[in-house]
Amino acid sequence: MATAALADAHAGEHHYTSTGLNSNKIAIWAFIGSECFFFASLISTYLIYKGRSVVGPFPHEAWTDPATGKVMPAILNIPVTSMSTFVLLMSSLFMVLAHSAVVRGDRKYSKIWLLATALAGATFLGFQAFEFTSFVHEGLGLTTNLFGSTFFVLTGFHGAHVTAGVLWLVTLLFIDYKRGLGPRDTINVDICALYWHFVDVVWIAIFALVYLIR
Amino acid sequence: MSDHAKLDSEDQTHVDWGTYKWVALILFVMTVVEVWVYYIPAFVATPWFVPTILILGAIKFAIVVMFYMHLKYDYKLFRALFVGPLTIAVLILISLLFLFGKVAIHFS
Repeated sequence: MATAALADAHAGEHHYTSTGLNSNKIAIWAFIGSECFFFASLISTYLIYKGRSVVGPFPHEAWTDPATGKVMPAILNIPVTSMSTFVLLMSSLFMVLAHSAVVRGDRKYSKIWLLATALAGATFLGFQAFEFTSFVHEGLGLTTNLFGSTFFVLTGFHGAHVTAGVLWLVTLLFIDYKRGLGPRDTINVDICALYWHFVDVVWIAIFALVYLIR
Repeated sequence: MSDHAKLDSEDQTHVDWGTYKWVALILFVMTVVEVWVYYIPAFVATPWFVPTILILGAIKFAIVVMFYMHLKYDYKLFRALFVGPLTIAVLILISLLFLFGKVAIHFS
């Protein structure tokens, strides 16, 4: 019992560096900084190979299917992706509201907003699964052409990051239901929120550079 | 509450619900504008289309980082840890685009 009480007392304890700042928060910012390089490399590869695919499907131009001779439309579905972008942007709003509720110690709204954020993230993943499936049905695979390779790797890695974020949010939600998240958990929720917002800003860049610029 | 814990909770309290609401609205409107200009063939054909999309995307990126990630109000070290690598990454990206002939500057 004494051990359990000690463990509980240490649960809310945060570690500080010689800078006076929380070490976990420094670590997440350093991680996010490294992620900038990771996504910049994937975006660079996409942009370098953009327009260099020899065979279709193409992202913004109509193409002729050599097997059937049919003219096929451009493969990117902007209305669907716009919807998923809107959902991800709203998830960032839900996340700041969840964080705000945890800071206030409002257990009811922390649960509601964390659940809303996780659901919005899952909805975004649903849109991505729909997009990937329809692309495969239209003849675009990972090895079809340069567009397929660079597009699936870039958006696939982003989707993997969103998946990790959703799992993180569900974990926080589980903790909230089990023992309740309060002001002592502010840093833990803050770190999750920073990761989630970063995933959002990466999508803002992908949406502009991959989907909208022809 | 220790001084450190106080600092951690204080640095997040600068932004209120009103600000979050306006930020969300601005992000939504800017996304609508981005998609709207995409569907104007006459505008897409002009040299202004790509800069417009890039500027709108950059503003949205900056707004999320400043207000939702609290970088506008947070410690300088966090700002340096994000802005430093981001700047280097963007410079590398632009350099690669020049190197592979995707963008070019014409001196005449």
